[in-house]
Amino acid sequence: MGASSCERNGADEELSLIEIRNIYKIFGKSASRAFTLARSGQSKQRILSETGCTVGLQDVSLNVADGEIFVVMGLSGSGKSTLIRHINRLIEPTAGQVLVRGRDVLSLNRQELVNFRRSTVSMVFQRFALFPHITVWENVAYGLKVQGAPRPKRMERALGWLDKVGLNGFERQLPRQLSGGMQQRVGLARALCTDPDILLMDEPFSALDPLIRNQMQKQLMALQQDFHKTIVFITHDLDEALLLGDHIAILKDGLVEQVGRPQDIVLRPASPYVREFVRDVNRGRVLTAEAIMTPCPRNKGDNRGEASVTRDTVIEDLLHQSVATDRVLKVVDDTGGVIGEIHRDAVLKALVARP
Amino acid sequence: MEWLRNLLHEIGAGWAVEWPKALNVPLNSWINDFVEWLITEHGQAFEAVSNSISVVLLAIEQTLRGMPWLVMFFFITALAWFISGRRLGMTILVAVCLFSIGLIDPQLWDNAMVTLSVMLVATILCIVIGIPVGLLISAQDRLRSLVIPLLDLMQTMPSFVYLIPAIMLFGLGAVPAIFATVIYAIPPVIRLTDLGIRLVDSGLGEACDAMGANRIQKLLGLQIPTALPNILQGINQTTMLALSMVVIASMIGTRGLGTEVLLGLQQLNVGRALEAGIAIVLLAIVMDRITQAYGRKLLRAQRGR
Repeated sequence: MGASSCERNGADEELSLIEIRNIYKIFGKSASRAFTLARSGQSKQRILSETGCTVGLQDVSLNVADGEIFVVMGLSGSGKSTLIRHINRLIEPTAGQVLVRGRDVLSLNRQELVNFRRSTVSMVFQRFALFPHITVWENVAYGLKVQGAPRPKRMERALGWLDKVGLNGFERQLPRQLSGGMQQRVGLARALCTDPDILLMDEPFSALDPLIRNQMQKQLMALQQDFHKTIVFITHDLDEALLLGDHIAILKDGLVEQVGRPQDIVLRPASPYVREFVRDVNRGRVLTAEAIMTPCPRNKGDNRGEASVTRDTVIEDLLHQSVATDRVLKVVDDTGGVIGEIHRDAVLKALVARP
Repeated sequence: MEWLRNLLHEIGAGWAVEWPKALNVPLNSWINDFVEWLITEHGQAFEAVSNSISVVLLAIEQTLRGMPWLVMFFFITALAWFISGRRLGMTILVAVCLFSIGLIDPQLWDNAMVTLSVMLVATILCIVIGIPVGLLISAQDRLRSLVIPLLDLMQTMPSFVYLIPAIMLFGLGAVPAIFATVIYAIPPVIRLTDLGIRLVDSGLGEACDAMGANRIQKLLGLQIPTALPNILQGINQTTMLALSMVVIASMIGTRGLGTEVLLGLQQLNVGRALEAGIAIVLLAIVMDRITQAYGRKLLRAQRGR
């Protein structure tokens, strides 16, 4: 592909596991009239005053690739929790399609839907939603129980997952005897216990203390290294979104403002709303070498002795190298070929948000 | 107001003064016809119901009365001990109340067993009918808006009003009394089952759905267990209301503590009536503690020790 290989857009070409197509969700009694208005592009406020209906989602389309963490970010009322519930059909859309592996989730009958939820998709909730009357291991194994798995198998699998999330020895406790962070780890183990392809996480860490939240984020990333689930992650915290997301969709008032990789969002905000959002972000921790380098024709092996960084190094980690060397930093790809270079000025410029 | 009446009469609006005879829904005769129709057309069905309830009641009554009092005493005390999760104070209270019934008058023990068996049958019927109805209306709002006013009606209607038709349908004896008791005592168990299910955290229901539980699994695995403290509270209320019908039930031929009260009053023997009255209260305390103990134990378990 020659010079253009410096621009990577491979992620967009991967097969989508989840496709959300033109979803509208309208809450209220005269939803069909409101839908007609929403379709013709009327604003949320206008529709509310004319029909008394609330527009939850307006023409939302997203593609989630297999094995990625896709973050949906928005403030409260942006419709993000409503959106995620369309994927396992806890909420039915007013119009639109949801495809998982090409199969229309909305066309499933009751039994097919139950099977789909049992095998393919599971969910982690903001308020944990652990069953208070049964023990921790029974909570974790609940998904297997509704599938009719025998008790020894349930117990074995549940204990295995409790071990993986670091809750060895807590299996016989009741949920309320655990701290918030531990409870959410039980929630995570419960969601993973049925070995689903898709994990829906509805603000899973929002109810936790910052320190615990940090631990949980790291644990999630570690688990993701091992298991490669497709994760749809909801958050209102941009830092969390930038840290975890392979792709991020920013939602505002039920409309998608921007979809892109973390760097796209930070470097090229698509609207004033997004720009406002990313202004206070720690750019050094988000932007990678590749995003700020000056691309050059791919050049194999000509970087002997020169200071170089890999393309996914974040600015924060290449700062000291950049300061130490008076020449440019080379950026290399996975095979060691140089794909670009970074001047010290570029680093400084990248750290300062453009007005 | 005399001038207003006269004025209305003068202008030919006498119908506005006295309620016009024609403006009348003949509810009275409709209901009479309906009851008569029930008796003539479906008398056998009622008799069959009556017989089957009688058989159950008789079996329970014979067991309770046939048992030596000391065995019964220890059985009920042990029940309280285990159901309450081995709480000594509560068990002692139950034992003392139970013992006092016989202590007041040895003859009252036997009467208490008769009353207990009537109550047991009525309560079991209330539970068997009430919990499913409660579950049904918790899931169906429209049905609920029909059933709730009916429950209000059942609780406020003076019990004699349906006691007499019950006698016409079931004949004298314990069965119409049980019928009347069920009507009066069933609302709490229905209401609290409905409430309990509705109070189950919607987030938990969502989690249950998201894991692919079907309706039955959700009901048995989540809704009923988490609503159980409320349902048990309903059962407790139902037993208490059932006990409060004992005296009224005795008027139509049920024997037991109520009869003692009634006889005492008829003979102006206040002492005898009061003794039986106290025995009813003691029995009520015993029933109340035992039915509440289990719910309390569950709550303690759910909210942490």
